[in-house]
Amino acid sequence: MSATEPEHFERVVLPHLDAAYNLARWLAGNDHDAEDIAQEACVRAFRFIGGHRGGDARAWLLAIVRNTAFSWLKKNRPRAVVSIDDDEIAELEDPAVAAGALHGADRNALRAALEALPLEFREAIVLRELEGLSYKEIAEIAEVPVGTVMSRLARARRQLQNHFARKGDSP
Amino acid sequence: MNCAEARLLLHAHADGELDAANSLEFGRHLKSCAACAAEDASLRALRTALRSADLNYRAPASLRTDVRQFVRDLEPEAPRPIVPLQWLWKWLALGLAATALAVVSLRPTGISEHDTQLNEVVANHVRSLQADHLMDVASSDRHTVKPWFDGKLDFAPDVQDFAALNFPLIGGRLDYLDGRAVAGLVYRRNKHLINVFVWPATGPMKHETEARRGFSVIRFTAKGMHYCLVSDLNPTELEELAGLLEK
Repeated sequence: MSATEPEHFERVVLPHLDAAYNLARWLAGNDHDAEDIAQEACVRAFRFIGGHRGGDARAWLLAIVRNTAFSWLKKNRPRAVVSIDDDEIAELEDPAVAAGALHGADRNALRAALEALPLEFREAIVLRELEGLSYKEIAEIAEVPVGTVMSRLARARRQLQNHFARKGDSP
Repeated sequence: MNCAEARLLLHAHADGELDAANSLEFGRHLKSCAACAAEDASLRALRTALRSADLNYRAPASLRTDVRQFVRDLEPEAPRPIVPLQWLWKWLALGLAATALAVVSLRPTGISEHDTQLNEVVANHVRSLQADHLMDVASSDRHTVKPWFDGKLDFAPDVQDFAALNFPLIGGRLDYLDGRAVAGLVYRRNKHLINVFVWPATGPMKHETEARRGFSVIRFTAKGMHYCLVSDLNPTELEELAGLLEK
């Protein structure tokens, strides 16, 4: 380990700790597991810091967090890690009602709706909407083709829209 | 552009991933198609809601403190604990089987510049080779495990199988601790997995047993090597293995 690596780590990793924790938290579903996953990811990031040669540090760190989280989930909650990429995309039940319900949706309602999404859909939404990453960056982090990212985003959004369309319909 | 095409491009357009020509065509279609326009409006409402609700979680202060501490512990010039133990435990608990035992040994300070450079070369090499699993070589045969480390370490760890004493050797792993490559030996006691990292001693280390986060830890120096054992195994049984390794 060179003397510069801890400095490099502080410079490269620490500014993105919030992003790392955010992804871990959304994937793990609770504070305690998220903190464990984020910590382990930081340990790995520190060990692999020599492998980071420029490029976007946040995307690099998020890829480590993602891998750490999925390994953890496969071991501890195997049922959460079920790929559903082959599912048909549902029809949007009522776009206007969905839009109306979304305008009035509060933070808790949005959080709950997002938490109810399947893991890989939730991941796509968090990376796209909360972290603002591009399709290409998400594809690299999730290790899937860009087409799969687009498909997951479309399905995830459709589930969220229908969730709120149904809410909007009920009195 | 027809509706089927427009629906395919809806998300890419909203995400700003559509090229100029397609964006233009898409915009034209929306103006002439109420159904697609409604879909687009719903999508935009969703995106606006998600973005304005501030759904991001922020790292707790304790996490930031732990990470900073971890980095400081590894700062070469700073006085530090031999291994960032609390991190190692967490990592073991997560990355390895829930029941892991590690043996860690330490590199002395005051190593020559030449050694430092050598360490770095080895460390970088090791990092590129390291895989994220318990074992790089799975074997109960010490004649398989020991040669596996040849060329991967600058020392030859003593590899023994204690199957007859209920500590079967199940494999080995290359690992990385405190700035250098260490041998990781994996043993088992009943259902408890045991990881053993070994590396050359630079001075005597007192035989110590500690408990941390449910893991037992034993550190000692024997036969010119530093060892640090970590396990959820009870300390008494862990001492048994320590005793065998010390012989």
